[in-house]
Amino acid sequence: MALSGIQIFKMTPKKNCKECGCPTCMAFSMKVAQGAMDISACPYMSDDAMAQLSEATAPPMKTIKVGTGDSEYTLGGETVLYRHEKTFVSKTRYAVSLCSCMSDEEIDAKLEEDKKVDYDRIGERMCAEMLYVNYAGNGVDKYVSLVTKAAATGKVLVLGCEDADAAKAALEVCKAGKPILNGANASNYEEMSKLATEAGVVLGVSGANIDELHDTVEAIEKLGNKNLVLDTTEATIKETFATTVQVRRASLKDTDRTFGYPSIVNLAKIAQGDRYMQQALLSLFTMKYGSIIVLEEMGYAEALPVFGLRQNVFTDPQKPMKVEPGIYPLNGADENSICLTTVDFALTYFLVSGELERSGVPVNLVINDAGGLSVLTSWAAGKFSGNSISKFFKENVEDKVKSRKVIIPGKVAVLKGDIESKLPGWEVIVAPLEAVQLVKFMKDLQANGEL
Amino acid sequence: MPFNRKPQKFNAAIKSVVIGSGDKTVTLGGENVLPFYAFDGEIKNGPKVGVEITDLGMEGEPESVKAYYEGAATMGEIAKKAAAMEGADFLCLRLAGGDPNGLNKSVEELIETVKEVADAVDVPLVVEGCKNVEKDSELLTKVAEVLQGRNVLVMSAREEDYKAVGAAAGLAYSQKVGAESAVDINLAKQLNVVMTQLGVNADSIVMNVGSAAVGYGYEYVVSTLDRIKAAALSQDDKMLQMPIITPIASETWNVKEAMATEEESPEWGSQEVRGISMEIQTAAASLASGSDAVILKHPQSVATISKMIQELM
Repeated sequence: MALSGIQIFKMTPKKNCKECGCPTCMAFSMKVAQGAMDISACPYMSDDAMAQLSEATAPPMKTIKVGTGDSEYTLGGETVLYRHEKTFVSKTRYAVSLCSCMSDEEIDAKLEEDKKVDYDRIGERMCAEMLYVNYAGNGVDKYVSLVTKAAATGKVLVLGCEDADAAKAALEVCKAGKPILNGANASNYEEMSKLATEAGVVLGVSGANIDELHDTVEAIEKLGNKNLVLDTTEATIKETFATTVQVRRASLKDTDRTFGYPSIVNLAKIAQGDRYMQQALLSLFTMKYGSIIVLEEMGYAEALPVFGLRQNVFTDPQKPMKVEPGIYPLNGADENSICLTTVDFALTYFLVSGELERSGVPVNLVINDAGGLSVLTSWAAGKFSGNSISKFFKENVEDKVKSRKVIIPGKVAVLKGDIESKLPGWEVIVAPLEAVQLVKFMKDLQANGEL
Repeated sequence: MPFNRKPQKFNAAIKSVVIGSGDKTVTLGGENVLPFYAFDGEIKNGPKVGVEITDLGMEGEPESVKAYYEGAATMGEIAKKAAAMEGADFLCLRLAGGDPNGLNKSVEELIETVKEVADAVDVPLVVEGCKNVEKDSELLTKVAEVLQGRNVLVMSAREEDYKAVGAAAGLAYSQKVGAESAVDINLAKQLNVVMTQLGVNADSIVMNVGSAAVGYGYEYVVSTLDRIKAAALSQDDKMLQMPIITPIASETWNVKEAMATEEESPEWGSQEVRGISMEIQTAAASLASGSDAVILKHPQSVATISKMIQELM
């Protein structure tokens, strides 16, 4: 069971040597108790205490690494079931499925389509990070050539292959990229585990039901292999959801270490051919505990909502999401278009930019550095003031924009005089209180020729 | 060793709220397990799917939605088609045209539309106002009055107008009342507290705790829903045990991902498919966190979400 900071402190050498990076042994103990540091960071812990502690303080869910270089991803390592308790640490990753049953043309077309969705959203790269390469049992050579082709993309591969010979041959050509061999089950786990260990890759384990999955994982752990992910896909959508949720809940809430691994949910199996159902489930399993979600297609229609959702769900609840300060021209705005300024809180940015786009009026949206806080909060904290706004405009806007009109949020109407005195030559216009009123406001400005 | 199941059993449940009259009713809420956790215990009722239409008819609707309603010329005919949509459990009429900053239709004109729709269909009905507090106080009071006996859900009473809307819908005309708050567990609870103090029966309240499209600050929606369900079930908080209804269509169809035309963003592909995708994914996320009902508008979204719910029951 989890130990408290005090219990851990009693076992430390109490030297306050600072070698672990903490000012005192007490501080170190508290961090270990929270799971923020590993007990091995203390060089003076006795072996006895170490053994006792590493068992008790080991995280409930293992952190598994896959891929290499720029395509290395961390899975698992979660400590909570809900994002409001603490941050979710490892984002859900998405894998597009390929199968050795497909024709070469189909495969090439799919890989080509997959390349197209790769974009940036608030400073984060968005693309399906993985490819799921399924073996349909139709010849090892065919599979190996597919795996070779897939490996050439540089994406992390998940080999869906329960056939030991095919798996062995496939690993030969792709093991350097640290793929996942998703192929162990109750009948072949010994052989598969050996293959995965020898190739130094993560092993995916599945079971006909949750009990068989539990038994198989235990058996593989006995063989000494703890580099696993669990394929929680079952025969139906309902059972898949049940297994995926129960596996995560058992590991985090009921400290069932056997289930303390990341999961794979294969939508290509449970909603085959149904693009919209796959999207519904994509969203459901991003929310509820899919570490890797396999789907047949990741076009922009799938990507735009799900990457937005993922970015939202996996943010630190204590740290607001920020957008990069700067000038964002909207609706074809140029240097002569009016400026509208607000803060860099991502939510504010999205609401305001969305409404401005709907108005259709060309405008330069100027995002200030306000510490990622909302308008009133940053104003109250002195981070969105006459000084900061005028400084930002002088340094970043005046040489780029010729218009000398700026619209400020209605909630900080009080800043009008201050800004006008500090930004000579600028006319300050006060916007309405709420973003939803911007469409009408902007259209009225345009109609009255005040731009 | 086989897996040791530890079902999360709660000694509390979400209240069941029935809307509709006669033999066409729908029950929202009633569950005592977390969303779709059928492995912990039987889920009573299961989440429901509503179809949204507005008093603006087909104006401004996406082409594929228009195609579904082809041939429907009056609001009554539109309502009939909406009610017959595959997967629909109830109908939601949103009186968007009442917005003083928009068309500013008169209360009388809107009430005529409400009557026309109500007369055309016998399915359970939800009526949503125009979001303007002053207009809604008058409009929704009138809605509650003319639909007496239909047992409709009137949306929404807010902090600013709960006295007018709550008193009319919940007390005078015994309808069900939607309590709308802005994505915050404390505000949601506070509104339920003051509404019940006003005399509205706690069993007549359905919460709309706010929503957003995925990608647009949706993390607040997730955490608000998660925390409300946790408080309602594990702490038996009676003032948070009302079922939750979440309007999805009105949030998702006007974000960039659904609005950008194919000329503006050629690489994004079909605008219609993007719109449906935003609606489906937002609805699924909302249900996963604990909405007891979602309001959608595209036939494809209604069919898919309804099927997903059936699959998970």
